[in-house]
Amino acid sequence: MRNRTTTPYVLVLPAWIWLALFFVVPIGGMLSLSLTTGNVVTGFQQTFEVGNYVNAVGTYWEQILRSLFYGGCATLVCIVVGYPMAYWIAFRAGPHKSTYLLLILLPFFVSFVLRTISWRFLLADNGVVLGTLKSVGMLPADAQVLNSAPAVVLGLAYNFLPFMVLPIYAVLERMDPRLVEAAHDLYAGRVQAFVRVILPVSLPGVFAGVLMTFIPTSADYVNASVLGGTHNTMIGNVIQTQYLVNNNYPIAASITFVLMGLLLVGIFSYARALGTERVMEVHT
Amino acid sequence: MTHPSRAHLTPALLRGLTRARRGRPVLPAPLGPTRRRTLQAGGAAAAALALSGCGVGGQQREPESGADYWVDKEETGSLRWANWPLYMDPDRTQLEQFKESTGIDVAYHEDVQEAASFFGQIQPRLANGDDIGYDLMTVPNGFEFSKLVELGYLVQLDHAQMPNFANYAGEVYKNSNYDPGNRYSVPYASGITGIAYNPEYVDREITSLQDLWDPAFEGKVGMFADPQEIANFGLLANGVLPADSTKEDWEAAAEKLREQRDSGVVRAYYDQDFIQPLTNGDLWITMAWSGDIYQQNSEEGTNLRFVIPEEGATLWTDNLLIPFTSQAPVDALKLMDFLYEPEIATGLTEYISYIPPVPHAQEVMAEWAEAEDGSDRGEALDAMAESNLVFPEEGDYQNLHNFVTLETDQQDEFASIFQAITQS
Repeated sequence: MRNRTTTPYVLVLPAWIWLALFFVVPIGGMLSLSLTTGNVVTGFQQTFEVGNYVNAVGTYWEQILRSLFYGGCATLVCIVVGYPMAYWIAFRAGPHKSTYLLLILLPFFVSFVLRTISWRFLLADNGVVLGTLKSVGMLPADAQVLNSAPAVVLGLAYNFLPFMVLPIYAVLERMDPRLVEAAHDLYAGRVQAFVRVILPVSLPGVFAGVLMTFIPTSADYVNASVLGGTHNTMIGNVIQTQYLVNNNYPIAASITFVLMGLLLVGIFSYARALGTERVMEVHT
Repeated sequence: MTHPSRAHLTPALLRGLTRARRGRPVLPAPLGPTRRRTLQAGGAAAAALALSGCGVGGQQREPESGADYWVDKEETGSLRWANWPLYMDPDRTQLEQFKESTGIDVAYHEDVQEAASFFGQIQPRLANGDDIGYDLMTVPNGFEFSKLVELGYLVQLDHAQMPNFANYAGEVYKNSNYDPGNRYSVPYASGITGIAYNPEYVDREITSLQDLWDPAFEGKVGMFADPQEIANFGLLANGVLPADSTKEDWEAAAEKLREQRDSGVVRAYYDQDFIQPLTNGDLWITMAWSGDIYQQNSEEGTNLRFVIPEEGATLWTDNLLIPFTSQAPVDALKLMDFLYEPEIATGLTEYISYIPPVPHAQEVMAEWAEAEDGSDRGEALDAMAESNLVFPEEGDYQNLHNFVTLETDQQDEFASIFQAITQS
């Protein structure tokens, strides 16, 4: 009898230890660090300096907003490109579903950094894409995509596309096809069946996809540093520089918490807007 | 497996990844090789933990005083060295020669990918007085170097044990402003930060820093992201020597650089990956490191030009340092001195094509070139011995300036003034 009551706790223990050790402790440390003052030479003293936050937001609000904007744009691109892909694989790919899924994942066998750098070659001013378009006169000779905001957003969307496709696919794939048949029986056309039946059923997948793309893309810094130009710095780049180049740990930590707070607020209001019970359906 | 687009990309990618100055990674440090990323994450977490809660008191320690430190130190027969990637040939010829001559084994680690992140990695361990895993390390002059000195993390060198350095080091390398009298460091190699341009696109001769502000090159100018490097160019463009600059000068230089950025001539701020864009026409003119341009031209047959602008350029130096936690300081000192033997310095220079601190290497290289006359190697050696990118002349040195040396709180101020330009 005793065994039965303790078993669940024993089973959940590794997860708790994991969370405590690799999430709660570091995040507590970071929070504490974000309120210190000092530098590497004199050491960092705990002074509960809330000014770090004021300073961080005051100096970097532009980069913070830009990151959320780029992340949002990349997420939209992922939905527009990824939804039809997931739809097609779930309903039209027949016996080859897993092949197509593998193809989507294939770029992931190459390192994230290399994948991003290869975009530099694609988008070079006289490269494969622009060079060709310029030579046939479809673009003016001085057209430039690399080192601009669109290049950063495209890079982000490209790198995180599978995180959008897979959750949408998972939901669509499990959908009961009889639902669509029923819609047709009730005189719904193809568009209506999609809008009234398939789309609502797939929303939890879209929600999960948005979380899995928006959060990492807003915090990303690889794409901005490889594909961006002037005025394209994202907040991830700032955090990286503050932490590793300037050794200004308090500012780096406080920006991190500001970003985290903004993302949490955003996600909860988004969940509200979609209806929480739907959100919970993701894993049913 | 040959994927067509990857096959097409490979040579350029490889070059981008491996051929940057001293093989710095194309990306900011934490995205470098996985092993290092892990180390760094570990270091960062450790730092966060160490610094959490109570805060940490002063981390400065008393520097090791020269003579006392060396009294009880003995040779151990092995040595661990952290150097930059591609900063010695893959056969480690010089280390083989060192072993032959002294019997000391060197474990060579290409672990320094960027000064700032390397500092971030070793600092928490040095603060605890723990072994950092290296007995000798290569660190450029600059903020991290000053911090290491200020924190008292370096061993004062015993020059009595370094006859080669005394005999062969060039005067410029004995009188640096960041380590007067070479108390803590001796140079490993130096380079020039100047202007490079691609004559395929730029049809006039470039002579001045002002050319980097020329609206004719709109969107085609590359600048460095490193706060010190870009600051130096802003200062020199304003006619101020970086080493003598004050806060007012920094602000004026930042204004000059901001104007350059907002006029649209700057394409992007580069960490070290400027060679590829310069060869393919994304950049026409850029801040550049001498050795990278030299290598690119000699190995790829490109015709990139490198100039020291009339307003002057900067000379930077990678230095050999012994951390106070070193387990083999005597061995480290021996290696440092060994690298100053002209023959050894020449061999090293032949591979890395940066400036050796041993001017005599130029003569040795010319002799080698004569001995190998007619062969490819002979020609390459001859060209290098003649090049003032690798062996600057007296007149060139007049025009090459030092970085400013600052204490930590001034460094922070300095960095934030210039990062506001590059991290817009």
